[in-house]
Amino acid sequence: MLKIKDLHVKLEEEDKQILKGVDLDVKAGEVHAIMGPNGSGKSTLSYVLSGRDGYEVTQGAATLEGEDVLEMEPEERAAAGLFLAFQYPVEIPGVGNMTFLRTALNAQRKARGEDEVSAADFLKLIRAKAKELKIDADMLKRPVNVGFSGGEKKRNEILQMALLEPKMCILDETDSGLDVDAMKLVAGGVNALRDAGRAFLVITHYQRLLDHIVPDFVHIMANGRIVKTGGADLALEVERNGYADILNEVA
Amino acid sequence: MALPQVKSDATEARVAALAMPDGAAWAQTARTEALARLRAMGLPARRDEYWKYTRPDTLTDAAAPPAATFDPRETPVFDTLDRIKIVFVDGVFDAEASDDILALKLKGIAIVRLSDAERFDLHWSKDIYGVLEARGQNPVERPLAALNTAFATDGIMIHVKEKIDKPINLIYLHKSDRSDAILHHCIKLEQGADLTVLESGPAAARFNKVMEVEVADGAAFHHVRVQGRDHERRAATHMFARLGAESTFKSFTLTKNGVLTRNECVVEFTGDNAVAHVAGACVGDGDFHHDDTVFVTHDAVNCESRQVFKKVLRNGATGVFQGKILVQPGAQKTDGYQISQALLLDDDAQFFAKPELEIYADDVQCSHGSTSGAIDEDALFYLRSRGVPDGQAQDLLVLAFLAEAVDEIEDPAIAEDIVSRLEAWLARHRG
Ligand SMILES: Nc1ncnc2c1ncn2[C@@H]1O[C@H](COP(=O)(O)OP(=O)(O)O)[C@@H](O)[C@H]1O
Ligand SMILES: [Mg+2]
Repeated sequence: MLKIKDLHVKLEEEDKQILKGVDLDVKAGEVHAIMGPNGSGKSTLSYVLSGRDGYEVTQGAATLEGEDVLEMEPEERAAAGLFLAFQYPVEIPGVGNMTFLRTALNAQRKARGEDEVSAADFLKLIRAKAKELKIDADMLKRPVNVGFSGGEKKRNEILQMALLEPKMCILDETDSGLDVDAMKLVAGGVNALRDAGRAFLVITHYQRLLDHIVPDFVHIMANGRIVKTGGADLALEVERNGYADILNEVA
Repeated sequence: MALPQVKSDATEARVAALAMPDGAAWAQTARTEALARLRAMGLPARRDEYWKYTRPDTLTDAAAPPAATFDPRETPVFDTLDRIKIVFVDGVFDAEASDDILALKLKGIAIVRLSDAERFDLHWSKDIYGVLEARGQNPVERPLAALNTAFATDGIMIHVKEKIDKPINLIYLHKSDRSDAILHHCIKLEQGADLTVLESGPAAARFNKVMEVEVADGAAFHHVRVQGRDHERRAATHMFARLGAESTFKSFTLTKNGVLTRNECVVEFTGDNAVAHVAGACVGDGDFHHDDTVFVTHDAVNCESRQVFKKVLRNGATGVFQGKILVQPGAQKTDGYQISQALLLDDDAQFFAKPELEIYADDVQCSHGSTSGAIDEDALFYLRSRGVPDGQAQDLLVLAFLAEAVDEIEDPAIAEDIVSRLEAWLARHRG
């Protein structure tokens, strides 16, 4: 599904190398987790994959189902099935959440040559999805993420994911700032989407999310590289001993 | 105080090109007094403080600069609404194209052309024509409005005594590239009356328009205007409103294109518990200069005023906002709000703002703010990452920026029409 080879990324404006050779092979049906200390480059990886400005790929490649994603516009990546649940979802005053969701869904469908969803069908669809995530009508009516609590913003990200049904889902610290109940809701949303044709890259700081979304692989990222890869038990090791031991071990 | 010679020469040159129409004594007096006011003030010139950001020369020159007419090739705005049409072509009333007002037999409303009103020895409009304009000359001079009162060649007088369900649409067609129109409308709403006036179209190569509105106690006046898409037209418009107790006044203007537009709005609260909202949205690309100049005087207790102006500018387009809230002694419990914002879509666009508060009462709540900025790149990326194409995502953000102004339109059908015009403009002007 997603293949990343020797990816090197620096900041466009500064001479600062952030990713220093990342390799990753995520197959359909798999869940990969990336853990690592703050500042190791996890969010940068997610932004570069989704096409945010400000980064320059100096070496390496990334493909989604064989297509070079790094060459695509952000909207083309979305239409191709890539989705990023933001670490910090953006507030957009003046744009209603419903309008936003419907515009996004129809834009993607249009890009793929599919029919647009009618207003009535959309309403049915979004109500059903929102209910599962305990998102009330008021949150749908309000401007995108404006006045949402931290937890509401994260649930709104998962709602978008559930609606858009992407193939490759990247979640950047979707668990941060969530209480246990909210985390269960979010994990439930993710698990409901797990299937053989879809893959997940779950970036997290803590092991607790991985109790609910059990990964096939866990990668440890440090200083712009993946320094260790293991199974779900690697996350437990991090939880017990912190990153220091692992980082020393690979150094 | 004598005027500087250049100013008085320029004023006389303009006056010499105009003729005062005949009429009954009251009308002649109103016009002669207006001419005296104009001569005392002189036409605006470049160095005048009130014209610091907008060059008045093409508005004051003896001859109007020509402006090509423009066929927008789209359904005219407000076309789907059930309304009363009053049409002016290059500033001249067109009875053929207008609805037959007498045949409509509307209850509670009387409509008459200015030239007809002026023939009566007594007419209700004598208490309004030039009267509200004259009041609006203090403390800031508005010479183009005095010129209008003195020399207006046409206009419509509307007297309303009840709630009128159908809006009146003043439609201004521009067909001659040399037209120089001066229109003067008076509107009087008696106690409890309710009227919506729509204005649409570019009017003329050069357009000087005054609208005086008297809103009696408990009456409500709604105004929605769409200034035409002609690129080369120039317009100086004034709206003077005097508000009675518990009355409502709401005005919204959409401006798309136009090399020069100056819209002045002067509102005076004379009765307690009244509400006045003045809003505008403008979108300009290239050779576009748009000036909103607003002056709200609170001279009554517990009145609410809102000024909401949003400008979207690109390719050297210029926006100006001069807005003032004056709270007179004793106008306690005043609630005054003023916001002016520009969205600059590139580095060439410019916005000048002069927000002012002047307050002589102690128990009031007034706030104002002015900003100019670019599209929020984070929001743009967020939308694009969800699959919304760049251009469409930008349009969404521009409409979101304009929303606070557009939301001032109360009628949902009218608001929808306005939004669709904005969407069409944005689609035509993608960067
Ligand atoms: N736009 C940027 N400007 C400056 N520094 C940045 C920018 N983006 C990332 N960085 C830096 O790159 C490093 C990696 O950041 P990030 O990818 O956010 O790490 P993580 O998500 O693992 O905490 C940090 O040192 C961070 O300060
Ligand atoms: Mg991060």
